[in-house]
Amino acid sequence: MKYIDEYRNKEIVQYFAGQIKKISTKPIRLMEVCGGHTMSIQKFGLPYLLPDNVELVSGPGCPVCVTSREFIDRSVAYSRLEDVIITTYGDLIRVPGSSSTLEKEKANGADVRIVYSILDAMLIAKKNKSKRVIFLGIGFETTAPSSAAGILKAKTAALNNFYVYSAHKVMPPAMETLIDEGVKIDGYVGPGHVSTITGQGIYENIPRKYNMGVVISGFEPVDLMQSIHMLVQQIENNDPKVEIQYSRVVKPEGNVVAQKMLDEIFEPRDDWWRGLGILASSGLGIRKEYEKHDAEKMIEVEVEETREPKGCICGLILRGEKKPKDCKLFGNVCTPSDPVGACMVSSEGSCHAYYLYNR
Amino acid sequence: MKSTDDKILLGHGSGGKLSHELITNLFAKHFSNPILEQQSDSAIVNIATNKLAYTTDSFVVDPIFFPGGNIGNLAIAGTVNDLAVSGATPRYLSVGFIIEEGFSLAKLEEIVISMAQDAKEAGVIIVTGDTKVVDKGKCDKVFINTSGIGEIDEVRVKISSGEMIKPGDKIIINGSIGDHGMSVMAARNELNIQTYIESDCACLNNLISDALQVSSKIKFMRDATRGGLGTVISELVKGSNFGIQIDEEKLTIHENVRGLCELLGFDPIYVANEGKVVMVVDKDDADNVLYSIKESPFGKEASIIGEVTNDHIGLAWLNTSVGGKRIIEMLSGQQLPRIC
Repeated sequence: MKYIDEYRNKEIVQYFAGQIKKISTKPIRLMEVCGGHTMSIQKFGLPYLLPDNVELVSGPGCPVCVTSREFIDRSVAYSRLEDVIITTYGDLIRVPGSSSTLEKEKANGADVRIVYSILDAMLIAKKNKSKRVIFLGIGFETTAPSSAAGILKAKTAALNNFYVYSAHKVMPPAMETLIDEGVKIDGYVGPGHVSTITGQGIYENIPRKYNMGVVISGFEPVDLMQSIHMLVQQIENNDPKVEIQYSRVVKPEGNVVAQKMLDEIFEPRDDWWRGLGILASSGLGIRKEYEKHDAEKMIEVEVEETREPKGCICGLILRGEKKPKDCKLFGNVCTPSDPVGACMVSSEGSCHAYYLYNR
Repeated sequence: MKSTDDKILLGHGSGGKLSHELITNLFAKHFSNPILEQQSDSAIVNIATNKLAYTTDSFVVDPIFFPGGNIGNLAIAGTVNDLAVSGATPRYLSVGFIIEEGFSLAKLEEIVISMAQDAKEAGVIIVTGDTKVVDKGKCDKVFINTSGIGEIDEVRVKISSGEMIKPGDKIIINGSIGDHGMSVMAARNELNIQTYIESDCACLNNLISDALQVSSKIKFMRDATRGGLGTVISELVKGSNFGIQIDEEKLTIHENVRGLCELLGFDPIYVANEGKVVMVVDKDDADNVLYSIKESPFGKEASIIGEVTNDHIGLAWLNTSVGGKRIIEMLSGQQLPRIC
């Protein structure tokens, strides 16, 4: 497969493994903050290629995992309304809320549909004019632009029965909070797709303020091994900076068109992250000019009181302070088929990745 | 062929005149054999062995036609293969149809013809059947159930349990993985993907019986259907007193399958096949079995993909293509909806 096989080349991966081993002298912890990286690292078995002193930990990079239970509870409540169709990316439907999941509601007769794109959701709205169609907008800077584009298009086309319920978040506040709170990290493997949109500027504060490097990485084994090598080099030379390994996709300035669109539709707001609590300006709310398509503003619903599950340490895992294997529930009470916490549900969740590939 | 306008009516399942016509003009016509033609309440059949293998499977695939086959091909291959991988020789099948009112008779005939052809090639006889028609919306076009009986030699009854497996045994698969699941996925209109992936749907009983002829040391077989190769391997190793390692580099995955899996985020080792058998064979016989499989039209891309180990008891490891390692765990939840 062109443009993929080159980046899964065994010799090159082994070369970087050898180089990392050669130059790295001290114990370090590198954190990836993108669920796609977590999956790739586990799927290709990369930890087995690294020396013992280089440890990889997963951070809050899975959007489903950091989303609050309250978001699920509210989505469940929406789904119970007679004239509502819920449209969502597939990952979300099995995430446990306080007392139910969208999957359970679907079995009970709610109209919940999995879509691969917001455009599919809009098509459903177009075909079902007598229903209110809510798209659950989840994800970081990667998926937020497509939600923005959808809202913009809905406004232009006067698709008045189409709404977005936004749980969109932005990455930098979480990355800085982890360091502020003393989580032990020596460098960040920067998220590839988020950075495709944002560019590298959003991370510049991290080397400046915290003396810590960020290498924006692609998703294939060669990408990740090269990024780890670059981080190890920075650490060994005491030269922290923001670098782009994934240069075939990520431009330093990012995707300016998408950035403008994000800014047009969304405004920053304080938001709650699992494991981190409320972070200032870390969420994306829909601007007033577009509130006709904002489910939170336009659709009133009674939401049950949010209850968190007992014993689940998703929060600590998302902070990189614990690994999935440290959780008492992992693998026995909490499995992908019967998940307790969100980290086990999402295919990008670190518990899910560990369960599948590295128990 | 029926005119494209002809539809299945509720009356076709009523047991009356329409039912009778449907049986005579469609099912009996294509499935024709002396036992079925008796049209008695039960089929009376001859069996050459003391033991029987007996299995059943239902098919609800959506869409019912896909590149490389249709729901009828699946219904024959699925049951024939379940018998064959148990070490049995498939002999007799039953076929039950549940049809949605309004379904096209021409399409039904196309399905029935595929089934008749596959049954003939596999050397099995459809000896009994049933048809029900349900109100529109009560099922999705057509659902099919097939049951099958196979003859099985005493010496082969241990194959399905896997109790003869020992460290050192080799693991063989008769070709590429993931074709069926991704074929069906690509054929779904809602994804709007334009690619042509052919399902691997095939009856494997001839391939298997040839392999059993060249070796008495085939210790285990299973068809890697729903859940794919990964599920077969992880089920096999769970609770066992051996480990398994699979070499990712030895797996054949067609480019179009890999491409679509990449696009949708699926792991091909968990994607369904409908014409793939996983065999565990004594290392001394592995090459002979491999050559035999490669002789079959359904085994051209067969390879030895791994082995049974003394290490990591109860776990299956994949040596990844880049030199890493990871475990192969049972898939939980669904990767794909209604693929068989």
